[in-house]
Amino acid sequence: MGEPLAVEATGLAKSYGPISVLAGVDIAVPQGTVFSLLGPNGAGKTTTVRILATLLRPDRGQARVAGFDIARERRQVRRSISLTGQYAAVDELQTGEENLRMMARLAGLDRRAARRRAAELLDRFDLTGAARRRVGTYSGGMRRRLDLAASLVVQPSVIFLDEPTTGLDPRSRLAMWQVVTDLVGSGMTVFLTTQYLEEADRLADKISLIDAGRVVAEGTPAELKQRFADQRLELHLVDGSAYEEVVRRLGPRAIATNPAQLSVSTATDGTALHIRALLDEVDPDHTAVRRFAVHTATLDDVFLALTGHTATSPEKETADV
Amino acid sequence: MSDTLTMVGRCVRLSTRNIEAMMTALFLPVMLLLLFVYLFGGAIDTGTKYVTYVVPGVILLCAGWSSATTAVTVSQDMQGGIIDRFRSMDIGGVSVLSGHVAASIARNAASTVLVLGVALLVGFRPDAGPLAWLGAVGILLSFVLAITWLAAAIGLLAKTPEAASGFTFFVAFLPYPSSAFVPIDTMPGWLQGFARHQPVTPVTETVRGLLLDLPVGNNAWWALAWCGGIAAMSVILSAVLFQRRIR
Ligand SMILES: Nc1ncnc2c1ncn2[C@@H]1O[C@H](COP(=O)(O)OP(=O)(O)OP(=O)(O)O)[C@@H](O)[C@H]1O
Ligand SMILES: [Mg+2]
Repeated sequence: MGEPLAVEATGLAKSYGPISVLAGVDIAVPQGTVFSLLGPNGAGKTTTVRILATLLRPDRGQARVAGFDIARERRQVRRSISLTGQYAAVDELQTGEENLRMMARLAGLDRRAARRRAAELLDRFDLTGAARRRVGTYSGGMRRRLDLAASLVVQPSVIFLDEPTTGLDPRSRLAMWQVVTDLVGSGMTVFLTTQYLEEADRLADKISLIDAGRVVAEGTPAELKQRFADQRLELHLVDGSAYEEVVRRLGPRAIATNPAQLSVSTATDGTALHIRALLDEVDPDHTAVRRFAVHTATLDDVFLALTGHTATSPEKETADV
Repeated sequence: MSDTLTMVGRCVRLSTRNIEAMMTALFLPVMLLLLFVYLFGGAIDTGTKYVTYVVPGVILLCAGWSSATTAVTVSQDMQGGIIDRFRSMDIGGVSVLSGHVAASIARNAASTVLVLGVALLVGFRPDAGPLAWLGAVGILLSFVLAITWLAAAIGLLAKTPEAASGFTFFVAFLPYPSSAFVPIDTMPGWLQGFARHQPVTPVTETVRGLLLDLPVGNNAWWALAWCGGIAAMSVILSAVLFQRRIR
């Protein structure tokens, strides 16, 4: 037996009619770590989270969360987890304090304990000043913090955070990152989804990149970065057959292939030694490559390399809370 | 059980802060009462003072209007993220929906008391003993329960809160073609059949009979049968729809 797993899923599949949303997703998250499911819009992140949180039944596949089977031991799973969904789950017409007290009562605390817990959480999430204001008057960042606080009224062993920072400004995003870091410090397992590579990089011990319902890459941030080194060698080939030949020689290392432009890229560490070796390898006769360029890879490059389309960058995203 | 009480507290608090729900619960009833008594009352001959005739009808009409609030709030809950959180905390659909139903009963109790108060001021003179009052309250309560559960089912069925509100229109409309506002004999023949055999008529007749000390006849049984039937059907439908909505 290896280390105990907080989340263990195999072959999760889900379709809506003819549309396949998840096509066999495997996930393994060791206890007490942060796992990030990284993917663009519509990749299937929320669907995965809802299945693991027992809110949605998968068509195929099994999963255990906190040691319990999501299909046969729902109740035990629900007792061990908490969920902060993609869309805020607090009542706008109640104050922050009322929302937290309500959640604490629902989690089984008595009236006095609920009041105490609400006060603690308001303090911890820097909301004491707004405790008696209706949530309708909160900013996006405050609402997100309250939402997260609401899922911590009792200490769960696994916490699911579905896109906790989408739509937040950079300052609120930093604050949220700090909160997540603190959670792990207290021994919880954090399962978080995000569209931002930077966020996964900062927070996660392990990342799975999901696209169109499939895991397309997984590993620690360091492993992923190694695989998609931060420099990129872009080759422009002389003609179609040279292009075919070079792409064939690069094999799985080819990224951002563009037959129309006769260009292909591959990862490099940017040293002259490595670039010379690469050129010799893919073009031994020195006839195929017309020009080359070395670029610093952006987050978008990594996304593009892995999924074939660009990621959303936080700056371009508009607030939608 | 304690979950249900917490949900009741939540829904009552939410209703008192929802301006639209409060207007529907408090001002609309009084407006409708005054409208009927002073504007239409003069033209309608019911054999008694019109305010005396119309009070049960106004209460039922308001219950119909207020059911829209239930349908909309249930639909909003299902659409928002909060239902996922409740379910992930293992809070059952019964608790969630009971909160909405209890809040609706509280709103209707408030509006009924208000309507009775204003009606007394403008000349309503009931003639009922404590038992008759109790009976009238019981019948009104079962009517409110029935249409509130129906509204909850509609809220679960509708894809959006707006649609939910639209669907309750026919519930709100039902008191008009009944004996609530005009005697059925004054209606065109083709409408009389419907008016006599729909739930609002026996409920109105029973409440009116009890409050004015008139013979109630079979109406009480019909009223209870209608309300019980609608409530039972709606509760079952809600349970099924709740399961369906959560897939
Ligand atoms: N109830 C449903 N019926 C039909 N299609 C659905 C349903 N729920 C989700 N989908 C589809 O499944 C796909 C994956 O959805 P999901 O919400 O899991 O994506 P996501 O990765 O969370 O995306 P986002 O970043 O936009 O939140 C989407 O294409 C979505 O349209
Ligand atoms: Mg999502």
